[in-house]
Amino acid sequence: MSAPVVLSEAEVKEVSASPAPTSWKITTASLSKDLWLEWRSKDAINSMIFFALLVVVIFSFSFDPTAEESRQIVGGLIWVSFLFAAIVALNQTWAREIRNQVLDAYRVSPAPPNALFLSKALGNFLFVTVLEAVMAPLFMIFYNLKVLGPAYLLLLIAALGTWALVVNGTFFAAISLRTRSREVMLPLILFPISIPALLAMVEATKIVLTGESAAKFWIVLLAVYDLVFTVVCLTLFETVLNAE
Amino acid sequence: MKSPVLIAVVVVVLALLAFGLYQALVVAPTEQTMGDVQRIFYYHVPSAWTAFLLFFINLIASIWYLIGRSGDADALAVASAEVGVVFCTVVLITGPIWARPVWGIWWTWDVRLTSTLVLWLIYVSYLMLRRFSTGGQTPLLAAVLAVFGFAVVPFVYLSIRFFRTQHPQPVIGGGGSLDPAMWHAVLWNWLAFLAFAGLLCWLRYNLERKQRGIEETLALEALI
Repeated sequence: MSAPVVLSEAEVKEVSASPAPTSWKITTASLSKDLWLEWRSKDAINSMIFFALLVVVIFSFSFDPTAEESRQIVGGLIWVSFLFAAIVALNQTWAREIRNQVLDAYRVSPAPPNALFLSKALGNFLFVTVLEAVMAPLFMIFYNLKVLGPAYLLLLIAALGTWALVVNGTFFAAISLRTRSREVMLPLILFPISIPALLAMVEATKIVLTGESAAKFWIVLLAVYDLVFTVVCLTLFETVLNAE
Repeated sequence: MKSPVLIAVVVVVLALLAFGLYQALVVAPTEQTMGDVQRIFYYHVPSAWTAFLLFFINLIASIWYLIGRSGDADALAVASAEVGVVFCTVVLITGPIWARPVWGIWWTWDVRLTSTLVLWLIYVSYLMLRRFSTGGQTPLLAAVLAVFGFAVVPFVYLSIRFFRTQHPQPVIGGGGSLDPAMWHAVLWNWLAFLAFAGLLCWLRYNLERKQRGIEETLALEALI
């Protein structure tokens, strides 16, 4: 036990005079905490990668495609496996904050709720991006892929698509936190809302892989989807966080 | 519950449904190429319009709940979502029954069919969330999900439209014109279906409010 800290009058003045941390500072603090915890445990990333690997192997047994066919179907396979694997990370988003009533502490603190939401969404975005960086080369190998269109577009599609899944996923994880059998609930409410985004990712990826036409429509659709749902999430998150 | 008003309303709704059936099966002319199969149209289309209207009412009720936290708004949201899902299911069942003899296929990933299916999925997930959420947060979480469900509709429509540009010509608004006698039958049936849906919603709404009243009383008694 350490002795209680007694602040001198000058120190009290200094603390109360220091400006409140900005919203962005809170976001980065919470994000770096999550990243540290993940770095130490590697729970989410390991289970996601192994899960995605299993899906890839099972898909390749089930379809056994030629190189030509794989260009047509792999856009679907790759995104479906990322979506399933992302659920693993998304489900763990808030679980950590339930223990020791961290979420309640956050609720009574003056910190803006959206700062917390952004940190969680950015954290999930990073986890899923790492997953994609590891798994994409494996897909290339297993399915004998050669990109026929402009490959740099795949990076843009991956970033926009990942954000589309993760921003709604983080939000719905906060909703499903308050349900029975919450791990089952998340995909049930997330998948229907994600259908157009998934369709856009799959089609854009297919177009780039086959090099047949321009993927512009799908990329714009994804960008607008991201924008709209980021705004909706940020508008409603405070309501959900404070739900009694 | 067996008030004279309710009995009168039920009688009127039944009369309207019977009149609609008569219009659809007897009065409306037989379609030239499709024959009598086309008569399913008089149920298919009014059900779709009714379902979309109910989903819209659900959105309004959800926003009303988010703003005012009124229990009545939530009761209306439950009633409209449940009845809407029923009517949407009718659309999704009558559609393939009609499509099979006319198009030769049960299902196609056409923009209308797919959008309706996705809408149905969203509202089923909405009802699942209501069923699974615990405690007093259900109305709030459900209202939030309803807003998401509405925000995604334009994306669903756009993405599927671009995904499947080749779709069979729809009967209404696809360039063809509808015989006035057919319009007559559709509109009568729509009126009948609206009245029927309204009646169901009203009953469900009252049931929900009564149930809440009972729960509140029980909770109060437990406190005392």
